[in-house]
Amino acid sequence: MSLTFTLDGKTIPFEDGQTIIQAAGKAGVFIPHLCYHPEFKPHGSCKLCTVKVNGRHTASCTMRAMPGMVVESDTEEINAERRALTQMLFVEGNHFCPSCEKSGNCQLQATAYHLGMMSPHYDHFFPNRPVDASHPEVLLDFNRCILCSLCVRASRDVDGKNVFALSGRGIKTHLIVNARSGQLGDTDFALADKAAQVCPVGVILRKRQGFAVPIGERKYDKAPIAETVTEGK
Amino acid sequence: MSNKKKLKVATTSLAGCFGCHMSFLDIDERLFTLLDHIEFDRSPLTDIKTCSPDCDIGIIEGGLCNAENVHVLREFRQNCKILIAMGACAINGGLPAQRNHLPLTTILEEVYHTSPGLANGMIPNDPELPLPLNQVHPIHEVVQVDYFIPGCPPSGDAIWKVLTDLLAGREPALGHGLMHYD
Repeated sequence: MSLTFTLDGKTIPFEDGQTIIQAAGKAGVFIPHLCYHPEFKPHGSCKLCTVKVNGRHTASCTMRAMPGMVVESDTEEINAERRALTQMLFVEGNHFCPSCEKSGNCQLQATAYHLGMMSPHYDHFFPNRPVDASHPEVLLDFNRCILCSLCVRASRDVDGKNVFALSGRGIKTHLIVNARSGQLGDTDFALADKAAQVCPVGVILRKRQGFAVPIGERKYDKAPIAETVTEGK
Repeated sequence: MSNKKKLKVATTSLAGCFGCHMSFLDIDERLFTLLDHIEFDRSPLTDIKTCSPDCDIGIIEGGLCNAENVHVLREFRQNCKILIAMGACAINGGLPAQRNHLPLTTILEEVYHTSPGLANGMIPNDPELPLPLNQVHPIHEVVQVDYFIPGCPPSGDAIWKVLTDLLAGREPALGHGLMHYD
């Protein structure tokens, strides 16, 4: 007998060891997420993928699927919580989409559209986060960092370089570069690194490529994120 | 044209670039349809300087960068039943808010005093000039805002959608394509 659980009333098959979000993705069901990436070990920090399992909140990227689980995801209550989390991410950083090269290809922005985020709702922090332009090929704009740690995981686990890390605690948590100077230009980071490809927002940007794709032809101009992100795509 | 009483709509641009108002005009010939249902009160389109006390809809472009912006915003809130934030600047401060990580004094000194070619330049201090705020703020941080039309600028179609939804008594909703922050 094959293993299944239900997600918003739909029967989802899974293999032993799969997490809820993995099984849902395989079945073509989108669960909003930012720090989860199918190629990496889950981090469970952004909480966007939170679902209710048998009535209890849990991150679907870290929770293993079990037979007979009753999972709720696309409900008004859970989406309102996801929207509030997204709004907090927007006010904690400096997210000015009109001047961001990642706009239209940004997972945070597309997720906010998906959740119907009409405004940031909260008071803005307007933090001061200088950019790092020291690397010849890549710009780091920390203003947009959402601390998903995908670059940390990619650099450590795939590239074997350990270029990035999260430092500090609580609201002071921030992304740092592993060099004595703290500058990306003083590391062995390269454009071909996995870590250069995984940023879901506009922090790690290839230089001299900005706005190359016109409005209307960018990834999320063509289709909303729920239709573009599923497992393995 | 129906005999129903027309809704009074007031609009203004605070710390904005008038791009959202230009986009408003991009609803093109639908403006005539709109004018069957609304009349403009205080607005750059009418040059009326103060809001009537019984406005139905107030549309704000731009954020708050000086004391006058705050004054005007409060006037709108006081006189409009429904207040709409139109565009990125009204919603998150937008481009003007990119100064927020710099001390105001530093900015004024550089702009009026220390930049090349500004020998003996002085920071304007006329009592008629509204005082700049230390930081630029989106309008929802000061007054209750009922609806938001994101975009830099929002398209004419997005503005049209929200206004026609409101006129029809529907909750405004922007779908894929109309909803964008850039």
